[in-house]
Amino acid sequence: MSAHTIDSAELAVGDIVAERTVHLTRESLVRYAGASGDFNPIHYRDDIAASVGLPGVLAHGMLTMGLAAETVVPWLGDAGRILDYGVRFTRPVVVDPDAGADVTVQGKVLALDEEFVTIDLSVTAADTAVLGKARLRARRG
Amino acid sequence: MPVNPELVGRDFPPTAPYLVGREKVREFARAVFADDPQHTDPDAAQALGYADVVAPPTFAMVIQDLTLQQLLAEPDSGIELHRLIHAEQRFAYSRPIVAGDELVATLAITQVRPFGKGAMVTSEATITDADDAHVVTATSVLLVGGDEE
Repeated sequence: MSAHTIDSAELAVGDIVAERTVHLTRESLVRYAGASGDFNPIHYRDDIAASVGLPGVLAHGMLTMGLAAETVVPWLGDAGRILDYGVRFTRPVVVDPDAGADVTVQGKVLALDEEFVTIDLSVTAADTAVLGKARLRARRG
Repeated sequence: MPVNPELVGRDFPPTAPYLVGREKVREFARAVFADDPQHTDPDAAQALGYADVVAPPTFAMVIQDLTLQQLLAEPDSGIELHRLIHAEQRFAYSRPIVAGDELVATLAITQVRPFGKGAMVTSEATITDADDAHVVTATSVLLVGGDEE
């Protein structure tokens, strides 16, 4: 992993600035439902998920988007540096009632100049990309 | 009922003010695995120059959700929750949300585009503070399924 800080002149395109794997359980989904106010039952009821044709109970897309961004916040040092952040929800994260699900995030420098850096977030579960074009642009100063 | 294209450009009233509480920020931070101290420790946030704990970037969705409730409540929208898929999400920030902020969101539907048997709807929430200054614009692209055969 790159040891370069966000304001380092050594920071370069392709540097990996942060990575982690987050283990999600059904409790994680209930906790996010309560914190966010999103009580769509496909995120906690197997019978309803099955009735609408889903492969299982899914993590909230916004939970995945949220934990992905937070992977790089310690490297940014200040969440207030973030100017914009966007994702496409491409594949669902199925959370097994026993085994849960592992979501792996890697943040890599996609572009930079003296003032700004764009981080591309690779976000995968079960070896499949679950977010597309997950990009976060931040101030370097 | 198909999605009503006349939603584009319609005026919606601002949402009721939402007061961001410190414990709510902590609760949300824990839920998104945000372990950086700026989200939970007021001293760490103050060291960065903020009045109180800094909300994780996607916390803006909690405020935007109030506008999505407005959209779903429009009797002629043609949008029903059970046919809705969240396809994309974006945030454009002027500054982070901080505990103590009193925030208001104003909804605008910027695009309704036919997509298969349904439509892609772009829903934008402009979130401002008690001084009427811009904080963040939150944009959702929603895929609304068509009527089932």
